[in-house]
Amino acid sequence: MTTATTVTTPRPRPRPRRGRSLGRTTWWQTATGLALTAVMLFPVYWMLNVSFTRDQDMRKSPPDWFPMNGTLDGYRAVLDQQLPYLATSLVIGLGTVVLTVALAAPAGYALAKLRPRGGGVLSFLFLVAQMIPGIIMAMGFYAIYLQLGLLQSVPGLIVADSTLAVPFAVLIFTAFMSGIPSELLQAAQMDGAGPLRTFWSVVLPMSRNSIVTVSLFAFLWSWSDFIFASTLVNGGANEPITLGIYQYIGNNNQEWNAIMATAVVASLPAAVILVLAQRYVAAGVTAGAVKD
Amino acid sequence: MNRTTQLPDRRTVRDRKGAAPATPPPARTAPRRRPTSQQWAAWGFLAPVTLYLVLFYAYPLYRNVDLSLRNYTVRSFVQGDAPFTGLENYQTVFDDPTFAPALLHTVVFTVVSLVFQYAIGLALAVFFTQHFRLSATLRALFLVPWLLPLIVSASTWSWMLNSDSGVVNAALHAVGIDAVNWLTSPSWSLTSVIIANVWIGVPFNLVVLYSGLQSIPASLYEAAALDGANAWQRFWRITFPLLRPVSAITLLLGLVYTLKVFDIIWIMTKGGPADSSTTFATWSYQLGFGNLVPAFGPGAAVGNLLVVAALVFGLVYLRVQRKQYAS
Repeated sequence: MTTATTVTTPRPRPRPRRGRSLGRTTWWQTATGLALTAVMLFPVYWMLNVSFTRDQDMRKSPPDWFPMNGTLDGYRAVLDQQLPYLATSLVIGLGTVVLTVALAAPAGYALAKLRPRGGGVLSFLFLVAQMIPGIIMAMGFYAIYLQLGLLQSVPGLIVADSTLAVPFAVLIFTAFMSGIPSELLQAAQMDGAGPLRTFWSVVLPMSRNSIVTVSLFAFLWSWSDFIFASTLVNGGANEPITLGIYQYIGNNNQEWNAIMATAVVASLPAAVILVLAQRYVAAGVTAGAVKD
Repeated sequence: MNRTTQLPDRRTVRDRKGAAPATPPPARTAPRRRPTSQQWAAWGFLAPVTLYLVLFYAYPLYRNVDLSLRNYTVRSFVQGDAPFTGLENYQTVFDDPTFAPALLHTVVFTVVSLVFQYAIGLALAVFFTQHFRLSATLRALFLVPWLLPLIVSASTWSWMLNSDSGVVNAALHAVGIDAVNWLTSPSWSLTSVIIANVWIGVPFNLVVLYSGLQSIPASLYEAAALDGANAWQRFWRITFPLLRPVSAITLLLGLVYTLKVFDIIWIMTKGGPADSSTTFATWSYQLGFGNLVPAFGPGAAVGNLLVVAALVFGLVYLRVQRKQYAS
């Protein structure tokens, strides 16, 4: 299945389905679709609305449905207070991407093309690893980092965050790279390329799409991570944006415009990814769940 | 029926755009000769990730089991000389008055979330197969809740469900319903976190089920329509049965993911008030990190029970997936 092709192709295939969608009735389907989307995205709208609401209007009943007397105070608070958190999140996200791709791409190549003895067991272990609850990993990491003195450190959090993405990444790379024609790799071998050279000059350039998919998810997951952050770097100088929001909620319960403005800013990577790379996202969602 | 699903994109790499089977096929081609030099190369490529698996999955898991079998205090946690106490931590956990409610909440949270996520996701997926104007764009927008950081979703829902100033109560008030203490009343807190979790989980179900629907041949619907089957019959006689394999995978994967949901509950209610929305995941965190005096041992014990549950359902998932792959 997968057919990221169908999932992601921007326009519908021309062949008629269900015999109904011949253009006659589509206007009310579009209207229903718009209404459903509006309901689904209402919380997102509300987050935006509250982020522009003035403090004195915050507890008004009933609340303003539109930010009539909008204010940018919330965003000013973000600029004043949250920039270090955002920078930390960015560094951790990029670090996680690099670590994840560096570990998973070679593994995917080996599992897909080099038929290692015991490769099946390893793939199985990765599937199982994905199912371990985050809280377990967090507690284990805490115990280990406490001894190694890695609590409150950026590299420590990068390693922990990468565990969210590495198994998924290995599966994606394996699946994608098994689609690369073996003839190509054999041709490279004929020309005298060793496995390393073949991987670097043939396999990697051909896997651009899967590298993008993996990088997007690795970044998004580490950017969104709360559980590792709250156990491993809580209270230190290296807190990411998720902790920034969390402490905001705890500390100043009143300034919800600032909290929601931070939430809006924290959602920007997701928005950018949705606009620029939607097809990779849909590919990633289905790849984990549905077989070919 | 799975044969049919494979037809569209078995051509070239380029066509596949990175979407991929979850179960890699290499093991099935095993009978061919495996040259020794290639074995060395293969394990050379696998060495970093294998080491990683041991260091950052196996070892934390091992540490967690170890934590649950010893009597750790803050001091012995640092010094690492906690006395071995066998299954005492597990006994403590089972005897804890929180155990029964946490178990119940975990089951209710998981089952109710799954049912609603699946039903809504399927209804939307069927709706979106109709290919109307803007359908692709709207379907993409439906991904938003799934992409947002959980802290963002959870804090937005917290404010929306606020008793005094939340928009939900304002809307209820407008239609003449009394305000509900969504997050502060023990009888509603679990419902509230379930609502938020369903909202977050619908996009995943929508995308996966939608791609499953794509593989049902349109000719079946045309034939049924010619035979006079109405939309309702077409859904229950064609769509639903043919979607069963994909549904099974979606639900099992959803089950494994929902069991470990922690962020949403913790951020919205901290498992409270009075443990009324505590699940195993939040209870484990509460024991290990939520109190001034951490109870690492019992916390790890609760966590390990969760691992066992997740792994059991995870293995069922893998079995189902293998079976479908083989068929």
